[in-house]
Amino acid sequence: MSLFKIVADIGRFFLQFLISTGKVSIFAGQTFSYITRPPFYFREIITNIFNIGYLSIPVVGLTATFTGAALALQIYSGGSRFNATEVVPQIVAIGMVRELGPVLVGLMISARVTSSIAAELATMKVTEQIDALVTLSTNPMKYLIMPRVLAGILTGPILVLVADSLGVFGGFLVSTQSLGFNPTNYILSTVHFLTAADILSSLVKGAAFGLIATLMGCYFGVNSTHGAQGVGRATKSSVQAAAVLILAINFLLTALLFTA
Amino acid sequence: MIDFNNIKKSFNNNNVLCGVNLKVKLAQSMVIIGGSGTGKSVLIKTALGLIKPDSGKIFVDGVDVNQTKNNQFLERFGMLFQGGALFDSLPVWKNVAFRLQRGNQKRPKDEAREIAIQKLRRVGLGPSVADKYPAELSGGMQKRVSLARAIATDPEIIFFDEPTTGLDPIMSGVINELIREIVVELGVTAMTITHDMTSVMAIADQVAMLHDGKIQWCGSRSDLTNSGNAYVDQFVNGSVEGPIKTIR
Repeated sequence: MSLFKIVADIGRFFLQFLISTGKVSIFAGQTFSYITRPPFYFREIITNIFNIGYLSIPVVGLTATFTGAALALQIYSGGSRFNATEVVPQIVAIGMVRELGPVLVGLMISARVTSSIAAELATMKVTEQIDALVTLSTNPMKYLIMPRVLAGILTGPILVLVADSLGVFGGFLVSTQSLGFNPTNYILSTVHFLTAADILSSLVKGAAFGLIATLMGCYFGVNSTHGAQGVGRATKSSVQAAAVLILAINFLLTALLFTA
Repeated sequence: MIDFNNIKKSFNNNNVLCGVNLKVKLAQSMVIIGGSGTGKSVLIKTALGLIKPDSGKIFVDGVDVNQTKNNQFLERFGMLFQGGALFDSLPVWKNVAFRLQRGNQKRPKDEAREIAIQKLRRVGLGPSVADKYPAELSGGMQKRVSLARAIATDPEIIFFDEPTTGLDPIMSGVINELIREIVVELGVTAMTITHDMTSVMAIADQVAMLHDGKIQWCGSRSDLTNSGNAYVDQFVNGSVEGPIKTIR
């Protein structure tokens, strides 16, 4: 492979990246512009809050509980190397609330919600259901996209609260049942250590990740082409993009909120 | 009247429409024939604003389609999509009454449901279908539901995109008859895309042949069999020999 071809490929990739970023930004801008403009499809918004938020609680809850439990074991094991096992409640709490809770929620809703939204909208696109909406005087951006994105933004923080609580609870269970921690002391240590800023940052991340997960599903769904293969590609691309973006934005938000 | 004025549209260097000129008169049933992939669906979608032409203008009753406020303009149209395009997540009656539940034509829920059942009856489906989901219906029934949705608000203009594709001859006959009845009964302007000659004979007042991105012939249904146009003759007779290449 010649050097020119490598440089051309890098250039092409970079240009494609810029084009995609531009398209997603315009899509996001259009979506936000519809949030404040009637008509509002309240039934759609509530249905999506139920689908995205309520139905994600079991998977988010289980994931967070097991992660919190494993985290407690790891911290206890690692801390024992330098006689610091007593910090388990604090590290579990800060680890879950600041990082793992929001990131787990982001990744779980990427897997469950982003893929589902992308597949549903892509199928609607290839079966002309989105065209049908237009001919029925209904704006697909308002009827399909805005309710999903709004539901993502609203339910993200709630899911993060669930994940944070159950993650801490998982750590509490393991610590008190098998590591010999006193339950009252564990709870007091956790409560005294966490600050309002920790919880607020967690909720901000939840809203941001809810936005990313739903926006990516919608963007790739409505822009899919080429039949069944296109539906598959849209689903895969949406989950990949959402997961990477969530981790990248998580880093940026952490840097912004905790190192400033 | 719908007036397509020199419509051009390309997709990735593939010239689909290369200057289409066509007039569809008021209360007339125009059928556009042509082979698969010749741009018939694209032409209809340009009229509805679903696809923007690269150049040319479309006028509906003298008003430029691109200058009108989209939703109000679209309320004048009904559309039967090739695959039905029913919303999977909604029961049949909500599909039919979709337009009656929102926007300028919104009605109370009970009234909307009643109109939906009435329209379903009009296309030969009983009230028991109303609460089923599209996936529970056969292809022919889905087409009828889609037809009921297209006529739910008594539009002035209806587009039919391949109304009989994928249906058996008897069901095709039923759909053709329904379309003809609806067009005559409601006095609507209809534009149908098909390559099914039985449908052409059943539905059309006027026929236009689209090939190579242009209207090659336009005339009345009775002139179709003696059009003197090589494209039309080859298409109507299903002949391999003629100006239309069989390998595309």
